[in-house]
Amino acid sequence: MSLAEKYPEEVKAIFAKYPVKRSAVMPLLYLAQREGGYITKLAMADIAAMLELDVTEVASIVGFYTLYHDEQAGKYRMQVCNDLPCALRGADKFLDALCQNLGVKVGETTPDGLVTVEAVMCLAACDKAPMFQLQEGDKVTYYENMTVDRTMELVAALKAGVHGKELR
Amino acid sequence: MTHFLLRHRDISDIKDIEVYKKNGGFAAMKKVVTDMQPQQVVDEVKASGLRGRGGAGFPTGVKWSFLPNNIWPHYVVCNADESEPGTFKDREIMESNPFQFLEGVAIACYAVGATEGFVYLRGEFQQLQLFLDQCILQMEKEGVLGDRLFGTEYSLRLKTHLGAGAYICGEETALLESIEGKRGQPRVRPPFPAVVGLYGKPTVINNVETLTNLPFIIEKGAAWYKSLGTEKSPGVKVFSLSGNINKPGNYELPLGTTFRELIFTHGGGIPNDRKVKAIMPAGASSSIIRVDDSTFDKVMNTAMDYENVQSVGSLLGSASVIIIDDSHNMDWVIDKTVHFFKHESCGKCTPCRDGNYWMLHIVERIQDGQGTNADLQLLKTVATQVNGKCLCALGDFSTMAVTSALERFPEDFAAKVEA
Repeated sequence: MSLAEKYPEEVKAIFAKYPVKRSAVMPLLYLAQREGGYITKLAMADIAAMLELDVTEVASIVGFYTLYHDEQAGKYRMQVCNDLPCALRGADKFLDALCQNLGVKVGETTPDGLVTVEAVMCLAACDKAPMFQLQEGDKVTYYENMTVDRTMELVAALKAGVHGKELR
Repeated sequence: MTHFLLRHRDISDIKDIEVYKKNGGFAAMKKVVTDMQPQQVVDEVKASGLRGRGGAGFPTGVKWSFLPNNIWPHYVVCNADESEPGTFKDREIMESNPFQFLEGVAIACYAVGATEGFVYLRGEFQQLQLFLDQCILQMEKEGVLGDRLFGTEYSLRLKTHLGAGAYICGEETALLESIEGKRGQPRVRPPFPAVVGLYGKPTVINNVETLTNLPFIIEKGAAWYKSLGTEKSPGVKVFSLSGNINKPGNYELPLGTTFRELIFTHGGGIPNDRKVKAIMPAGASSSIIRVDDSTFDKVMNTAMDYENVQSVGSLLGSASVIIIDDSHNMDWVIDKTVHFFKHESCGKCTPCRDGNYWMLHIVERIQDGQGTNADLQLLKTVATQVNGKCLCALGDFSTMAVTSALERFPEDFAAKVEA
């Protein structure tokens, strides 16, 4: 099903927002990523056709921005910032311990397909490290001043199908 | 001290539109639209001496006056792509004092005759976009955004645009490319955005904090604003304090506040009785200030404004002050910064793209104890070859920490290559 068939109201609103059609590409890509957590070749072709762009052009935008993905990963991407200010507050140790607890390396997904742990660049939350963002489809939620224990509680909650907002 | 930007510290529910209105909200917007000509607004902001808070410190009113009056429409774009390691002030302003921020965007639009304004948020601020969209709807209901505002002919729409993870989009021409639906890569200048900006039209790009100053400047006047801060750097600034510090966070203080006051009075000093070894006052893009027994007092007594930070060999930038204690070595610090810039280089200019790739290789070699004295010289050479040779400042920024660390902390590197 094309994006326009699947989300007619949202696609219409996106096109109405900009004076130039091409500007719709980024919001449309988020829409395409909502359900599966990554953007398929078919979805890129769909968006390219809507915007009268070459599919390669659309793929290059997916490749350029870090929040778009063209490969499947865990249901949740747990993106830990370990840039300088966070690292000064123990983010590297946090990331190591988290990986050990989950039994994965950075970049890997837990065997149940729930969580992919990633190290990312600055998220503008340097005073609240260790911290990470949880990306699920087109949604991004911050978790700040985290400990490994609280993060493991969050993972258990996610596994049980509860978004652990109370843990933020 | 009363807060003018982080007003939620004094009035906790200022993000409620009714509370904002009760506390004088939208009075400045009404004043400019009903009582002032756009040029008068530009003149008032020029007279206030307000300078861009995104890092460059360019006078805001002067920037506005570059827009030609024979090419229309004009656009205002707010840069809310806050991504510099060490900076987290714009996020707090937008989350906690959203209406003052949006009123500031609206005032800027009126001043340059724009009827459409964009707020460009970094992709990670997805939840914040939902929140600001709701705030914009509320302002439309209040009649401070929308058609024929306050019974005049002036109409204004504000829209948010969400990025998708790219530090480079904080560079203003890359940001415009991104709104246009392209990869966020900087444009060749000239032409400057003031003439050929968003969709090829004259465009003003201002930072979140800069714009949040505007309602108070309009309400209380340029003379009042100039009474805060220093002569050349008037007003207040939100300092983001992070790293090895007891109380990290944002502190709104007059420009010209000393490092000592920020670090020890507000920040509560350094944890574990450690000493300050280095300060990066402009985030990862800083030249690193060396602090030791012989320079401690000079650095701590330095006023943090656009002029004086230069006297200790760095820049104020966006005032994202990272404190590094004496348990850390500078080879580790620049490994972090180079890793960041290598990842964030957009790839358009060869010196930045390849230079950062090679700098990271060399720095990692040194960190791993495999480096030699020749590597130190090579690292300096590569940094020199990147500096000043790229379309935007990212290339320059990536070399600041490297060059200053090598020059000011030679013992850290000597120990590493000898070991």
